[in-house]
Amino acid sequence: MKNQKQLRAFKVFAIKEGTVIDHIPAGQALKIIEVLKLQSNKKIVTTGLNFPSKTLRKKDIIKVENYELNQDQANRVAILAPTATINIINDFVLTKKFKVEIPNKVEKIIICPNPKCITKQEQSDSCFYVEHIEKQIKLQCKYCEKIFAQADINEYNI
Amino acid sequence: MTVNLKGRDIISIQELNKEEILRILKNSHFLKKTPQPILLTNQVMGSCFFEPSTRTRLSFETAMQRLGGRVVGFADPAVTSTKKGETLYDSTRIIGQYVDVIAMRHQLEGSARRASEATDKPIINGGDGANQHPTQTLLDLFTIEECQKKLEGLDIALVGDLKYGRTTHSLAQALTHFKARLYFVAPDSLQMPNHICEELKRKKINYTIHKKIEEIVNKVDILYMTRIQGERFPDQMEYEKIKNIFVLTADMLSHARTNLKVLHPLPRVGEITADVDTTKYAYYFEQAENGLYVRQALLAMVLGKLN
Repeated sequence: MKNQKQLRAFKVFAIKEGTVIDHIPAGQALKIIEVLKLQSNKKIVTTGLNFPSKTLRKKDIIKVENYELNQDQANRVAILAPTATINIINDFVLTKKFKVEIPNKVEKIIICPNPKCITKQEQSDSCFYVEHIEKQIKLQCKYCEKIFAQADINEYNI
Repeated sequence: MTVNLKGRDIISIQELNKEEILRILKNSHFLKKTPQPILLTNQVMGSCFFEPSTRTRLSFETAMQRLGGRVVGFADPAVTSTKKGETLYDSTRIIGQYVDVIAMRHQLEGSARRASEATDKPIINGGDGANQHPTQTLLDLFTIEECQKKLEGLDIALVGDLKYGRTTHSLAQALTHFKARLYFVAPDSLQMPNHICEELKRKKINYTIHKKIEEIVNKVDILYMTRIQGERFPDQMEYEKIKNIFVLTADMLSHARTNLKVLHPLPRVGEITADVDTTKYAYYFEQAENGLYVRQALLAMVLGKLN
């Protein structure tokens, strides 16, 4: 019997050169593609949605050929996928692996869920301060000062 | 420690540290005792009230004029370019070119922070929606210190709408500097929000939750009343049931501590009956007066005329 890993390779085929973004919470892959503007950089992008995962139950995967994601770019998607790992592949071999790191400040990406926030009325870049409270991520809007859990964020500036 | 608020925006109470708060209160006491009619001569304050206000606007404007400064501004955005669709950013950038300091109120949360990005002139937030109203908190602290002769270690009850009332949130946060023992008295649906309670826990501030004023009235030095707004209740029946529970009458004060003072940010609409006004406990009108001195102190400090 072919092992699970070999079977998975057919589901989202292996790449020779490029980046694999793994352990993305299910449902976030398409947003990440947009945030990183992968759809417009002319590289081949393969996406897998809802793979079974031991830690996340379900996860998404993105593979981008001939493209190396750096730590700063990876951190841009940290708020969407704090569990994501970045794997850099050269000649079918994993040469570098790192985790996304949530920055202290997230600029431009999040749209404030508070309908009375000034950023909803006037065109201005959003800015959220990130706090880790008892293993949970809390996001505080720089403007309206409301504090949100990650699950409260429904819209992203993409 | 040196305190220098020259050029600083006063947007959120949490941006002021304990030393800065104490210095503002000290300067407020000084200005209450010793009027300074020429301190801000040749200075102009922009009074930008995009939302109606009586006490805050008039006390800011009076504060500026009592210090010898001048005031330009508006109390109704309908007379400004806002009506033509101008952004707050643009309006503030232009007004900042005319004046030395801006006192503002706006219905949207975060508006004062946004305005502060448009100008180098100091912005003093006179209320941004349900978010912050730092000058109210400072005048509350000033009044508490004035009537109790201290700020540290007091027993303080906050009563009424603790969920939506920005005043009680900011006051609870500011009191964490002064090791207060807090009592929160509100209907379940209007209790203090979790994020404030979590902050109090982290800062090791003792607090308890109560449903009736009678449970705590004899245990506190300050009874801070606020208005419960009927429109906050999805169910008007529930409002009718609870509205009379949160009314303070003179009878309820018969066994209160002798030093107890009752405060209220005003306007009150029935939550303190008129018979309380003539007791030794009533201090809410003095509290409203103190707004004048606290705003004088802030104006003088951000304009660099008082340290």
